[in-house]
Amino acid sequence: MNVVVLVKYVPDPQGTPELDDAFLVVREGTEGALDPGDEYAVEAGLRLVETHGGEVTLLTMGPETASAALRKGLSMGAHAGVHVVDPALRGSDALATARVLAAAVRRRPFDLVLAGVESTDGSTGTVPMTVAQLLELPSATFARALSVEDGVLRIERPTDLGFDVVEAPLPALATVTGSAPEPRYPTLKGIMQAKQKPVERLALADLGLSAEALAPTQRVVGLTRAQERAAGEVIQAGEDTAKRIVDLLAEAKVL
Amino acid sequence: MDFELTEEQEEFRQAVREFARDEIAPRAKELDEQERFPLEIVRRMGELGLFGLPFPERYGGQGGDFVTFCLCLEEIASVDSSVAITLEAAVGLGANPIFRFGTEEQKRRWLEPMARGEILGAFALTEAGGGSDVRSMRTTARLEGGKWVVDGSKAFITNSGTPITAVCAVAAITGEGEISAILVPTDTPGFAVGPPYRKIGWRASDTREVTFSGCRVPEANLLGERGRGYAQFLETLDDGRIAIAALATGLARGCLEESVRYAREREAFGRPIGAYQALQFKMADIRVGVENARLAYLRAAWLKDRGRRYKTEAAIAKLYASEVAVAAARDAVQIHGGSGYIEESSVARFYRDAKVLEIGEGTSEIQRILIARDLGLPGTEL
Repeated sequence: MNVVVLVKYVPDPQGTPELDDAFLVVREGTEGALDPGDEYAVEAGLRLVETHGGEVTLLTMGPETASAALRKGLSMGAHAGVHVVDPALRGSDALATARVLAAAVRRRPFDLVLAGVESTDGSTGTVPMTVAQLLELPSATFARALSVEDGVLRIERPTDLGFDVVEAPLPALATVTGSAPEPRYPTLKGIMQAKQKPVERLALADLGLSAEALAPTQRVVGLTRAQERAAGEVIQAGEDTAKRIVDLLAEAKVL
Repeated sequence: MDFELTEEQEEFRQAVREFARDEIAPRAKELDEQERFPLEIVRRMGELGLFGLPFPERYGGQGGDFVTFCLCLEEIASVDSSVAITLEAAVGLGANPIFRFGTEEQKRRWLEPMARGEILGAFALTEAGGGSDVRSMRTTARLEGGKWVVDGSKAFITNSGTPITAVCAVAAITGEGEISAILVPTDTPGFAVGPPYRKIGWRASDTREVTFSGCRVPEANLLGERGRGYAQFLETLDDGRIAIAALATGLARGCLEESVRYAREREAFGRPIGAYQALQFKMADIRVGVENARLAYLRAAWLKDRGRRYKTEAAIAKLYASEVAVAAARDAVQIHGGSGYIEESSVARFYRDAKVLEIGEGTSEIQRILIARDLGLPGTEL
């Protein structure tokens, strides 16, 4: 089976991304990496082709530096990469990104598209489902486990009470959470082999898309710093201690 | 001149850095406290191919160079010296002699599973009566009916008693003024290890006394040439010294990172303590040490990778980096004040782990003799 994994190159996930005057993440001249959330999707894809045969193709849209995200995934064992890179794409919003990715996915036969749940920089969480919509694919979101049998994708989606089992006929799209199996680390051999693997570079024209059609339809108009987490409450031991704790747990909807 | 690592080296270093941060660092304190061999981490490192890093793919290795192996050791030692020395000893002392001097059959039998991290090998040279002073060696091996019979005991042998130790290369007297290396599988009757030493550092690393009581192994277990045992061990130690220098660099870097982090957070007299020059200068000095130690080990490893002579450069790197590490650990504890003296802090562990770097694989004194000998000075014969 052929699996396409959507991957994103994000500014250093350990740090805080810088924003420019238009509230766009500064991507030039910053250290970055394959989005850690996407690594779970890459791992899920690798496991599926290890069981069923086939190939994992990584697809990314981003500046030149984004090729590092492809290299990381190729080092983990993915077979090929596709890099959509075009100066006109700078500042693309989630819809434009999804259009580009969908157009790139559509170029080759595929069975399954995988993605992380959301990026660690933009965090809109809308791109995978929009891609599914544009490709008219069923989508199964928030998978902690995936399997394929007889042309049907089956995922486990954690819920408050347990988990749902969701099935969809292939071709389909699924998003993979951080509670899926831990991504593997690349070996030195994997890193050396990654250099030999094919990476296709595409510009907008190759996808039959124009910059005008991709003009942002949404923009960030303001930004407010997140509230500092308030100090916790210390409950002193006393007569109503147990009741107080039960009330708090009920308030937090744990009980 | 080119000071750039290759893209592969850089990416691999990053992968090992993440592995060390996510898989090793969170367990370092507990393993140290319990003096427990990090078997689970060793398994994971095996999957990552770290035990086969500098060996060719045909022997189950990763086909990397020695520079890459040293970079990997620096990363691991920056969070946990016990794990780093376990890897260093397994590759540098356990597998390397078999790779360099072993027969094809020995390589198939021992090196391949070692390279995959499935088994570990130990390297037994030092005895209670002497390490570098080889003339004091007492362990013997004599040929009897096509078998080597090994008798004696060895001291401070790393990885000798782990659950996955499968073989021990032992240096033994095989004739008048003749030392050879013999491979003794650990399931050989008469092979025994003592309890782990109670060390002040490297506590999660397995180090024991090993005794051989009439151990009989096939004649084909001779490793390398008969009578060249000591020369072979010395060559192995040259490699090991570069690796120890990388490990020392990692420890010093760990001290620096912990110190900088602490000095930015901790306040005294209304300012972060990092705002005081007294501490800034200490950290600047540690940085200088780290950078120079790295240059020294990279140069020695680079010479080795190019098949050039590196004996003196290995000694220089080992001597310098280990002394940098000890000084860095001392200063890091000082920067942390009281909280650096309690076991909860990483720098307390670094402080205990650092000292042995000036001792293992040739003491600082031995390194100075080697360097002096290279200067052509008289009286430097060992």
